[in-house]
Amino acid sequence: MGKRIHQLDTDLQRVLSASVQRLNIEHDEITLTVKAEDLAEVMSRLRDDPEFAFEQLVDLSGVDYLEYGVGEWSTHAATSEGFSRGAEKASFGRFTFDDPPHSRTLETPRFAVVYHLLSVACNHRLRVRAFCEDDNLPMVPSVHHLWASADWYEREAFDLYGIIFDGHPDLRRILTDYGFTGHPFRKDFPLVGHVEVRYDPEQKRVVYQPVSIEPRITVPKVIRDDHRFESGEEKENDA
Amino acid sequence: MPELRNYTMNFGPQHPAAHGVLRLVLEMEGEVVQRADPHIGLLHRATEKLAESKPYNHSIGYMDRLDYVSMMCNEHVYVLAIEKLVGLEVPVRAQYIRVMFDEITRILNHLLWLGAHALDIGAMTVFLYAFREREDLMDCYEAVSGARMHATYYRPGGVHRDLPAEMPKYAESRWHDKKQVKKLNQARMGSLLDFIEDFTDRFPGCVDEYETLLTENRIWKQRTVDIGIVSPERALQLGFTGPMLRGSGIEWDLRRKQPYEVYEDMDFQIPIGVNGDCYDRYLVRIEEMRQSNKIIRQCIEWLRTHPGPVMVDNHKIAPPERDQMKMGMEELIHHFKLFTEGYCLPQGEVYCAIEHPKGEMGIYLVSDGANKPYRLKIRAPGFAHLAALDEMSRGHMLADVVAIIGTQDIVFGEIDR
Repeated sequence: MGKRIHQLDTDLQRVLSASVQRLNIEHDEITLTVKAEDLAEVMSRLRDDPEFAFEQLVDLSGVDYLEYGVGEWSTHAATSEGFSRGAEKASFGRFTFDDPPHSRTLETPRFAVVYHLLSVACNHRLRVRAFCEDDNLPMVPSVHHLWASADWYEREAFDLYGIIFDGHPDLRRILTDYGFTGHPFRKDFPLVGHVEVRYDPEQKRVVYQPVSIEPRITVPKVIRDDHRFESGEEKENDA
Repeated sequence: MPELRNYTMNFGPQHPAAHGVLRLVLEMEGEVVQRADPHIGLLHRATEKLAESKPYNHSIGYMDRLDYVSMMCNEHVYVLAIEKLVGLEVPVRAQYIRVMFDEITRILNHLLWLGAHALDIGAMTVFLYAFREREDLMDCYEAVSGARMHATYYRPGGVHRDLPAEMPKYAESRWHDKKQVKKLNQARMGSLLDFIEDFTDRFPGCVDEYETLLTENRIWKQRTVDIGIVSPERALQLGFTGPMLRGSGIEWDLRRKQPYEVYEDMDFQIPIGVNGDCYDRYLVRIEEMRQSNKIIRQCIEWLRTHPGPVMVDNHKIAPPERDQMKMGMEELIHHFKLFTEGYCLPQGEVYCAIEHPKGEMGIYLVSDGANKPYRLKIRAPGFAHLAALDEMSRGHMLADVVAIIGTQDIVFGEIDR
């Protein structure tokens, strides 16, 4: 497996060197980061060049990097304050909906689209990531014309993250309810949601109303600097 | 003569042949389908978002509920992703147990698929036969984990506990007298492995029974042959995996091509179809059941002679034994930390895939170094298959749509997530 990956790695560097933003190998997997504007061209080469031959788009997912690397609980001062008082109000909708968490500036764009490609002929996999440049209107070109399976995957990423796939023929919501507003998998969308449904016996129909669930912390998000994993991080920095 | 017009038909969400909550908007011309537009998401529970708010181990149970007819396989891919990110080596015995239960799960899944598919097209008996065997396999689930379906048996680092030395037995009651109880308990006198071995002795005969009912059955063939043909090129384009891809004649099985656990050491064949129609996919799945049976037998043989640990001895990930915890300070601390905070995974991302009974089940896991996943994407095989329903059913009759839904082995737990 390892040999094949390095072969693919050198091929990628050779053929696509102009459009590669970043190329790294981690856990025996190659990740290729490209610019959104180069995506269509890179993808069609990946599909059609015989040394890549990625006939299948196995998976496509959106990622929201808004809270990447933000912990909710620091161990320095929290022990004297107790458990839930020590938890910072990091996530949206954790305590109240009015309290927006501290804003921070991201080093990378907020949204990314991650593609997982598989070649049945050469038996290798590749992950391609493209960041959406505009955080307010995330957009990448559609790959629907290259792989038919992209149809629903792109609809899903649009539904859950609000990422627009330019050139998709039928970009409708797919998983959420008819008439749903917002994009639920964004990190600033509260876990309990905004509305709930119930049957109103007086109006004799199902009505929407604001959620009655109180958001709470069961286990805070903790990020620990673990010395056992340091070697792994070093590898990443080198790449 | 009145003018003929296309009309739109609603199929589901509550329809016995919709396999759950599929709402299908069909554009018909007479009885011929012009366009099929599946509306999904009626069972959407946001599993991926829920997992983002919980420590890693809390989500294993959610994985069971994705594809709720092949529970342990879903757990498998999730724990594999975690193990890959940490770089954890699982004890060999645990790997064999996992492979054995994966194959038991494959038979469970294919039995339900076979029963439901046949029932949809009008063969009632197969359903009853299939559920007879499912009952025994559910008992294996129960013996090992305490739950018939949602087991939460696989854990990062191994499996929850070793195989039990004895099977639960039936007791005499108002409904079963002594003679009946003796007959029911006949296979249950030994260990779980004995019980499974007894099952694998019987099972090929059971598959023969299903085949007697269907394979050469004229009605069955009329309903499945040349229905929903997918060419190999289209199958790849549409993201098909598993039996759907093999039915179209592409020899692709992750157990063989990108082996995980101990599949490398297993002796089994990969059946493939020729025409890519519903009948070929039926034959592929039937043969897969026989091959799974073979793999289970190999696992039993190995497991009998190789006792050993079934969980890693790394208490940063796996909780310590209960009795150690009562005596040792270290173990108590580990236990407390694991069950309050959980464990943190290193920063990074992995994609891990297994050969699930329905196809390639994958987990894309992004970690930012916290005790919860930053992003968890579940690659469900049925999602890609259902997306192709439009293409597969175009030009077919309305009744064939039911056959095509059946052959796709649709389960909404995994499609809607």
